[in-house]
Amino acid sequence: MVVRVEREDFDVGVEVARLTAGHTDIGAIVTFSGTVRGGSGTDAITAMTLEHYPGMTEAELARVEAEAVKRWPLQASLIVHRIGTLKPGDNIVLVVTASAHRQAAFAAAEFLMDYLKTRAPFWKKEMRGDGQARWVAAREYDREAAGRWEEVLPPRS
Amino acid sequence: MPVKILYFAWVREKTGKAEEILDLPAHVTTVAELMVWLKSRGPEYAEAFVREDVIRVAVDRNHVKSTAAVAGAREIAFFPPVTGG
Repeated sequence: MVVRVEREDFDVGVEVARLTAGHTDIGAIVTFSGTVRGGSGTDAITAMTLEHYPGMTEAELARVEAEAVKRWPLQASLIVHRIGTLKPGDNIVLVVTASAHRQAAFAAAEFLMDYLKTRAPFWKKEMRGDGQARWVAAREYDREAAGRWEEVLPPRS
Repeated sequence: MPVKILYFAWVREKTGKAEEILDLPAHVTTVAELMVWLKSRGPEYAEAFVREDVIRVAVDRNHVKSTAAVAGAREIAFFPPVTGG
């Protein structure tokens, strides 16, 4: 169970190999990577800057990951989130979940992303082609996506 | 007791500072009361907290509601809804 916040890019293959090295109990590995959307027309962006709350970010990601481990039988998991200034097409976030069977790995990866999006203290600022900068607004969809996990499996106390 | 107050994203831009150490007056007992008091400290604070209902709060690096107590807090952070991932 690993959580990292860093400026550097990541290599999905390298990360998966490192996470699962030495394991013979894993039958399913799910990876999700999120990248910077460039947009188009008036929504086109030239760069995106990610700010975060050092200390709380790592603590919150660890809490989210611990919650996933309580809900699903995971052999290994990884969250990497980048900060700093990124360009369209760049990697932003990586989630890897490894389990004996695919159902747990798929569900846990989706859960981690949904919870990360509504709980981890990151903020995106977009730079537009016309030189204007704009903070990205939170989406109602993300809150709903995180909320549905309460119905699927109530959090354990 | 001095408390470290942190501001992030557009809350930071509007207050004009990332963090400060403040001695909270005795009548400030909750996060909501702290926001009201901060708003009285100057026009930049009034502007930053004009939409209190949108601003999210963490006490000692845990998400809290605006009804949370500030007693014993070492670090209180104000920020917009998060947009990572």
